[in-house]
Amino acid sequence: MKKKKYKLSDILIYLFLLFCGVICLVPILNTIAISFSDRTSAAMGMVKLWPVNFTLASYQNMLEETQFWTSFGVSLKRVIIGVSLNMVLSILMAYPLSKAPSQFRSKKIYMWIVVFTMLFSGGLVPDFMIINKLHTMDTFWALVLPGAVPVFNIIILMNFFKAIPRSLEESAYVDGAGPWMVLGKIFLPLSKAPLATIGLFAVVSHWNSYFDGKIYINSMNKLPLQTYIQSLSSSLNTDMMASMTAEEVQEMLAVSSLTFNSAKVIVSMVPILLLYPFLQRYFVTGMVVGAVKE
Amino acid sequence: MANHKKNGAAHSSRSQVPYHLMLAPGMLFLLFFHIVPMGGLIMAFQNYIPIKGFLGSDFVGLKNFQRLFRLPTFWNVLKNTVIISVSKLVLVTLAAILFALLLNECRNLKFKRIIQTTVYLPHFLSWVILTVMFSNLFSYTGIMNQLTGLFGREPEMFMISNQWFRKILIGGEVWKEFGYSAIVYVAAMTGIDPTLYEAAGMDGANRLKKILHITLPGIVPTIVLMTTLNMGKILSGGFDQVFNLYSPLVYQTGDIIDTYVYRMGLVDLQYSNGTAVGLFKSLISFILLAASYKLADKFVGYRVF
Repeated sequence: MKKKKYKLSDILIYLFLLFCGVICLVPILNTIAISFSDRTSAAMGMVKLWPVNFTLASYQNMLEETQFWTSFGVSLKRVIIGVSLNMVLSILMAYPLSKAPSQFRSKKIYMWIVVFTMLFSGGLVPDFMIINKLHTMDTFWALVLPGAVPVFNIIILMNFFKAIPRSLEESAYVDGAGPWMVLGKIFLPLSKAPLATIGLFAVVSHWNSYFDGKIYINSMNKLPLQTYIQSLSSSLNTDMMASMTAEEVQEMLAVSSLTFNSAKVIVSMVPILLLYPFLQRYFVTGMVVGAVKE
Repeated sequence: MANHKKNGAAHSSRSQVPYHLMLAPGMLFLLFFHIVPMGGLIMAFQNYIPIKGFLGSDFVGLKNFQRLFRLPTFWNVLKNTVIISVSKLVLVTLAAILFALLLNECRNLKFKRIIQTTVYLPHFLSWVILTVMFSNLFSYTGIMNQLTGLFGREPEMFMISNQWFRKILIGGEVWKEFGYSAIVYVAAMTGIDPTLYEAAGMDGANRLKKILHITLPGIVPTIVLMTTLNMGKILSGGFDQVFNLYSPLVYQTGDIIDTYVYRMGLVDLQYSNGTAVGLFKSLISFILLAASYKLADKFVGYRVF
């Protein structure tokens, strides 16, 4: 094998890849820089990728803002309870659905129901009304119950279970184990990687959800973090703006606290960044099956 | 073979009850939160009034749909949705393929790893967070305006400009998803037989030739698969992104079906009309999704379940 030297094409490729990496970081770095800058410099657009007049004021303000931390707590709670519920239901559903029809005779019927709910839904208005009818409006449960069955995660896990050799299961049955035993003692210990995959996906999805909080929750003490942050930046979205001139809109945007909101956004990213190294290990498995995800 | 038969017989004699028990809780959730709400679709064919309820409200047949199809707003929203989602699907796919092809050419593993880590990150950030970042970036005094200012352009109000808004939506989606979407293509490239490259090298093929005649054809099945599976999303357009970034000033170019349903159903409380638009979208998406799964199975033998 002859030693390859770096050519022009190599340099162009490195530059292109570097460019891709840099543009992915620019908005994040810009926001970090703004969060550490003073208000005036930020409002005047002097901050680029490095803080101007470095200050921790935004972060100090944030420590005192109880609503941010209340919402942070709500989001943590929904991740813990919501993801546990997701995992239990995913395991319990994926296992029987992974069986061949010869092992589990009603499998096909269940599978059709699951797939149908994945492909078709009542839509936003009926979904909203059922939460009302079940008296879960403005309760914590409106955030975790409607999405309790994550169909795509179930399919990832089911496909993994399918690949586990049947002989393992058969020998356990010969020893007198039942399906619960086989699931708990054979399937689960073999499925650490796919369980980590769907667990991490569930954490990210719960942490990032804002819309359910927006339509189902009215009490501030039950508001999840992303919904809270959304409400701050949605001053952009008020219908009032339709009647304003462009200059008035611009003024309104300028007085909203850029630095403060940026600091909140950065802190709300921390849990995702902490998970990121773990997430990265399981991307590929999830991506190939999850590609179909809406 | 005989052994296989014996297993089958053993299974059917085994109790099915545990399997049903395992499925029961999940099925109850699906029943309450997915199947029962489908009953609410009846509102699309009624003049639904909350006090009268589902049984007391008047049936109007297809009148809601007829009225809807006469609304210019509806057609504009449908047009926006298709333009936005098709542009996103095409450009995200092209960007992902280009990135994957060049990443595959990179021989410095450490550099490769760092770039991959960076470009996957935006996928995991929510549009709520990215909206704050985008507002910073695209504000009147933001980096984007300073950049265009270098070329002597007047500052723009990007986020409230009908000329720019759709481009920002599409560009934003490409920015957020090109890296993550490239994963499947990168994975497909590792499956290409290395002897093909050696043989081509022997025949005097240069780098570009190898990319065009070996790598690219090698990932065509994956491209076909991903494109087919994405077909079901044509009426989506990305609710979270649009909902967070848009404002009444850009409804003309940025309003999509899902945001229209939200405002109609949950803000203006026109339950019947909101449900009707939602049903229109659900039905077409259902047909597209079912068709795309069927096609994926037929063309590349990929079964989702």
